[in-house]
Amino acid sequence: MDFLASFWHVLTNNLDIFRDGFAMTLRLFFVSAIGALILGTIVGAMRVSPVPVMRAVGTVYVNTVRNTPLTLILLFFALGYPKLGLPKVDYPTLATIGLILYTATYVAETLRSGINTVPLGQAEAARAIGLTFSQSLGQVIMPQAFRAVVPPLFSVLIALLKNTTVAAGFGVAEAGAIRQFLSERGQPALPGLIWVALIFVVLVLLLSLLQRWFEKKWRVA
Amino acid sequence: MAASVLFDAPGPKAKVRNAILAVVTIVVVLGILAFIALQFANSGQFEARKWEFLNYPRILNLLWTGLGHTLMAFAVAAVVALVVGFLLAVGRLSDHAWVRWIFTVIVELFRAVPLLILMMLLYYGLPTVGVKMSPFMAVVIGLIAYNGSVLAEVFRAGVQSLPKGQSEAAYAIGLRKTQVMVTILLPQAIKAMLPVIIAQLVVALKDTALGFIITYDELLYAVKLLGNQTRFDFPLIPAAIVGAVIYIGMCLLLSGVAKFAEHRINRSPKTVKAREAMKDAAETGLPTP
Repeated sequence: MDFLASFWHVLTNNLDIFRDGFAMTLRLFFVSAIGALILGTIVGAMRVSPVPVMRAVGTVYVNTVRNTPLTLILLFFALGYPKLGLPKVDYPTLATIGLILYTATYVAETLRSGINTVPLGQAEAARAIGLTFSQSLGQVIMPQAFRAVVPPLFSVLIALLKNTTVAAGFGVAEAGAIRQFLSERGQPALPGLIWVALIFVVLVLLLSLLQRWFEKKWRVA
Repeated sequence: MAASVLFDAPGPKAKVRNAILAVVTIVVVLGILAFIALQFANSGQFEARKWEFLNYPRILNLLWTGLGHTLMAFAVAAVVALVVGFLLAVGRLSDHAWVRWIFTVIVELFRAVPLLILMMLLYYGLPTVGVKMSPFMAVVIGLIAYNGSVLAEVFRAGVQSLPKGQSEAAYAIGLRKTQVMVTILLPQAIKAMLPVIIAQLVVALKDTALGFIITYDELLYAVKLLGNQTRFDFPLIPAAIVGAVIYIGMCLLLSGVAKFAEHRINRSPKTVKAREAMKDAAETGLPTP
C-alpha cells in the first residue's frame, strides 16, 4: 500500500504542474482543432473543386505535408522559423501553426471521402431542380457528407489531442513536458508519466463519448 | 473527367468562371510561395555556404547513419507489430468473453495513450525501477505496442467483413477453431486489408521521428545536429528541407507499394467494402468506434 500511496502523492503534491501542463495541452488542442477544421475544409473543397489547378494545389499540399513527420514540421517551426527574420512568435503559437498545417491535411481527406459517400443521384436531383453549385453543396451534399464524416473526423481530433504532446519536444510546457518539471522537483519519473498517460486515456474517452452523442443526434431517422 | 457528385461538365459560363478561379488560385499560391522564398532568400537560406554540407562526405555520412537508424527502427517495429497485431486480433476475436475483454482493454489502452508518452514511459520511466532501456528499444517497443494495437483492429475488421459462410464451411469440414482462424479467416482478412495495413506502416515510419525527442539518433537527430554546425553557418533550414525530402520520398515509396498491392488484388465487392470501412481509421492511425 506504500507504493500506491506514493503513487497517489506524485499527483496530489504536484497538482500545479499537472494543471498547467494539461491547460496548455487543451489550449493547443482547441485552437489547433478550430484552425485545422477551417483550413482543412478549404483544402478539402479545393480537392473536389471543378478547377484542375485548385485540385492540383490541394493534392500537392496534402501529399507533401501528410508524408512529413509531425516532429519534423514542429522542428521546422520551433527552430527554423526564428531564423527567417519574421516577427517574433512564442513557441506555443508556432506549435499551433504546425499542428494546424499537419492536421488540416487529415481533415481535408476525411471531408473528401465523406463527400464521396453521397450518392451521385442526390447531386443530380439538386441540379435538376436548379440549385447552384453552392446551394447544392451547402444544402444537399454537405449535410449528408457531414453525417458520414463524424466518426473519422473525431478520430482525427483524437489524433490531434495525442499529437499535441510532440510540442513538448520543442519548448512548449504542455502535458508531454510534465516529466521534465517533475524531475526538476526530484519526483520519480514513472508514476508521473503513468498519471499523464491515464489522464490522456480519460480525455480520449471523453472525446469518444462526444462522438457517440453526435452520431446519435445526427442519425438518419 | 469522371462524373462528380459536386458538378456537371462546365458550360461556357462555368468555363470562364473556372478559368478566372484558376488564375486567382495560381496568383495566390505563387504569392505565398514567393513570400516564403523571399523570406528564405532575405535571411540567407539559399546562400551557397548553407548548402555546402552536401559536398562533404562526412556530413552526408551523418545523414546516412541517421537514415539507417530510422529504417532499422522501422523495420524491426513493423515486422514485430504485424505479429503482435495478429495475436491481439486473435485474442479480440476469441470465443471466451473474458479473453475478449482483456484483449479489448489492452488494445484500447495502447491506442489511447499518446505514442510519445508511451516512449517516455519506456525510456525515462522504466530505468527508475531497474529495467535497462536504450533509446532504440524504447522507440521500437513503443511503435510495436501502438501499431500492433491499431493493426489488431484492422485485422479484426477484416475478419468480421468476411461472409459467415467461410467459417461455417470450415467448421463443417471438421477444422478446429485455431485452424479456421489461421488457415481460412486471417489469410483472407489480410488480403482484403493489405492496402490499409501498408498505410498503417507509413504511419509507423513517420512515427519513428518521435524517437528524436527521446534522444534516439535517427534521421531527425542528424538533421538537428547538422543544423547546429557553425562551419556551414547553422544550416538548420537547408538540413530540414533535405530531411523532409527524404521522409516524403520514403513514405511515397511505401504508399506506392500499397497502390501496387491494391492493383494486384482482385477487387471483389466485399474486399472494397471492408477496405472502405477501415480506411480512415488506419490512415489516421486511430480508433474506429
